[in-house]
Amino acid sequence: MEDALVIGGREFGSRFILGSGKYSLRLIEAAVKDAGAEIITLAVRRANTKEQENILDFIPKGVTLLPNTSGARNAEEAVRIARLARELGCGDFVKIEIMRDSKYLLPDNYETIKATETLAKEGFVVMPYMYPDLNVARDLVNAGAASIMPLAAPIGSNKGLATRDFIRILIDEIDLPVIVDAGIGRPSQACEAMEMGAAAIMANTALATAGDLPKMASAFRLAIEAGRKAYLAGIGRVLTRGASASDPLTGFLHD
Amino acid sequence: MVKINGEWEDAAGKTIAEYLSGTSYDVRRIAVEKGGEIVPKCAYDATTLMDGDVVEIVSFVGGG
Repeated sequence: MEDALVIGGREFGSRFILGSGKYSLRLIEAAVKDAGAEIITLAVRRANTKEQENILDFIPKGVTLLPNTSGARNAEEAVRIARLARELGCGDFVKIEIMRDSKYLLPDNYETIKATETLAKEGFVVMPYMYPDLNVARDLVNAGAASIMPLAAPIGSNKGLATRDFIRILIDEIDLPVIVDAGIGRPSQACEAMEMGAAAIMANTALATAGDLPKMASAFRLAIEAGRKAYLAGIGRVLTRGASASDPLTGFLHD
Repeated sequence: MVKINGEWEDAAGKTIAEYLSGTSYDVRRIAVEKGGEIVPKCAYDATTLMDGDVVEIVSFVGGG
């Protein structure tokens, strides 16, 4: 596959990871299709005997499921949730998400490193959601992470690339796919992250709160593809001052 | 009594398979944990719930 995204030895043609929260199960198929997504995230919760519909029946075949460990407050709980997710029979991918703080929902980097180490040893393909810190990212690499998922802005905020400069450092220094997760609210922000060299974008709230969800999924797909192509093409330089003519500087009609 | 998903239920003495057959859980779509340990599907018949056991029954939902 040309320019594949490789995570845990698996190749993906799409660089758009889709969330499935906060919208109707009936929109999932259209969202996946219009996003061109090959990976979709899920959460694990106590089962409900009253709810007979299951999200797995709404996700198109062939899409890789990426369960998260949301709700975990420490490494131990994240490991438990990851094991339950694997028992649910959807493979070995897991997005570690550990939060101690319910106001800002910021990831606990320290506990995330611990959970990554345990789960990588158990054979999981571990994709940790993290606050963009270079030292933590290096620890996650050593702990066996398959990618890192730094946040752009607080979860669900749609505020865009608030951590731009720190994500750029991770992209420059870390040899794993850097997937920008959380806070991306518009296609232009996704495009900018991809132009910087992010490996992929994960979005949920940006779609769930859009006026037309499948149409926004399609807009994100186009923006992510455009940003990737621009990154591969090599962005043109910026002048610190002055101008540089685009037209020939000879052959004018005067003189 | 057995604590299942946070509620005390009169399920002591039943196997997990027996307990589940009396509920409307879709067995294909759930995972079961007892005392913090996963109970694989193949062990539902052989695992008997005891007084004081804590059981979690989970499934996938939408999430980011």
